Amino acid sequence: MITIEDILETNQMITVNKLDVRTITMGISLRDCAHPNLREFCRNVYDKITKSAEFLVKTGEEIEAEYGVPIINKRISVTPVAIAAESCKAESYVPVAETLDRAAKSVGVNFIGGFSALVEKGYTSGDRILIESIPQALASTDLVCSSINLASTKAGINMDCVREMGEVIKRTAELTRDRQAVGCAKLVIFANAPQDNPFMAGAFHGVSEPDKVINVGVSGPGVVKHALENLKGANFTEISETIKKTAFKITRVGQLVAQEAARRLGVPFGIIDLSLAPTPAVGDSVARILEEMGLEACGAPGTTAALALLNDAVKKGGLMASSHVGGLSGAFIPVSEDEGMIHAVKRGSLTIEKLEAMTCVCSVGLDMIAVAGDVSASTLSGIIADEAAIGVVNNKTTAVRLIPVPNAKVGDVVEYGGLLGYCPIVPVNRFSSEAFIARGGRIPAPVRSLTN
Amino acid sequence: MKLIVTVVGKDRIGIIASVTKILADNDVNILSINQNILNGFFNMILFAEANETKIRLVDLQQKLRAQGEAIGVEIKTQHQDIFDAMHKI
Repeated sequence: MITIEDILETNQMITVNKLDVRTITMGISLRDCAHPNLREFCRNVYDKITKSAEFLVKTGEEIEAEYGVPIINKRISVTPVAIAAESCKAESYVPVAETLDRAAKSVGVNFIGGFSALVEKGYTSGDRILIESIPQALASTDLVCSSINLASTKAGINMDCVREMGEVIKRTAELTRDRQAVGCAKLVIFANAPQDNPFMAGAFHGVSEPDKVINVGVSGPGVVKHALENLKGANFTEISETIKKTAFKITRVGQLVAQEAARRLGVPFGIIDLSLAPTPAVGDSVARILEEMGLEACGAPGTTAALALLNDAVKKGGLMASSHVGGLSGAFIPVSEDEGMIHAVKRGSLTIEKLEAMTCVCSVGLDMIAVAGDVSASTLSGIIADEAAIGVVNNKTTAVRLIPVPNAKVGDVVEYGGLLGYCPIVPVNRFSSEAFIARGGRIPAPVRSLTN
Repeated sequence: MKLIVTVVGKDRIGIIASVTKILADNDVNILSINQNILNGFFNMILFAEANETKIRLVDLQQKLRAQGEAIGVEIKTQHQDIFDAMHKI
């Protein structure tokens, strides 16, 4: 029997601590859309997406109303376009991106991910066309998200692509300079990218996934912070236990929503992504959880340890609550999307170097960090290479989403609004990586024994 | 379909009557009511069972919400599954 306390606790989590289901993401395979004629291919893609996801938004809204838990986003991920479009005789995939954008708008989702290529070991012709198309595709669409996987623990790091992506980021920033380079907020560069991630901008529908699938991303940093507020002076065993219990409860809600969405849409349930995804709203911050553990400001010595504990406890708590766990699963540390992170950067306690250290133990990487417009492509590539190395050697997913805002300098603040938030320009090391990045080639896969 | 109706707001005469009338009119059976007044504030949690063929949950929510607005209280109607999912293993 459910008690009154249980009901009050659940409703307090939702109304006061901002518990929500962050996203229901429908993965849709585009493998059966291939056609040598680009226009035919685009028609196939449009038809498949709009047919498959016709009721996605409506179903999400119904579930949200019936259970009284907000479902913030409804999204779509598709097969990496570099694979799906490869048989087209085309020199640019921008029309494909525009088709994805139209399809997404037609069914009413917030974002569509999968303008992607997987190139950790090398390029095919489709990969090259896709990467070349990214800046224009992101500039001429609103909802399309792009991602590139350029490194993996099994394959090493594709340093040619690392070099190229620094330039792609710069071109994307340039083409969207009138909107403070917002195109770069829709571009993620991965190492060890998961094939079933429901979170944007890095979602794509992996090639080994079923034709259609429902993946759900849960959230709830505010709930975890609230739980820790009652533990002043408690030791880390108690902190960890409390986070586990809270993550369990959060994930159970996600599991319920995922099962219901899958059942009503007649699409198989894929995974729950157990992530603490912050928003710029007060009370929905991962940084504030770390500070609740006793740090004066996020970024102070101890931050990496606090994040490691948080990330691990969230996974442990959530694992039993869901039948299938996948995606990125852990704590996100996007700067512009987290009120506490933004505050910590402003106070000078959080630097890009500390963020890099934190990515060794968080669930993703250097995320939503605005840097000055004069940061060079090779410096961006150097940061990508460092981040990829952390992922490859530690056998984890890492990612980079940097925004070099044209004409912006350290001290400026850029504002994107909505879930993308706002961000002070973060200072970057000014010494050159140019000769290092110019080498190209591949960094070999790391040895997996002799681990010290 | 089991439902949980929570009502919170400033106390006044007839809150229970107006809520339960809507439930009765829509063939919703009340299983249990827990209600008290704290510092002039009315709190009620009501367990009920509805027949899905008679009324859709979203429609019932709409009616109760409108009634709540009319009498100055907040009425939330949720499927019981969300509480079961979170609190039962």
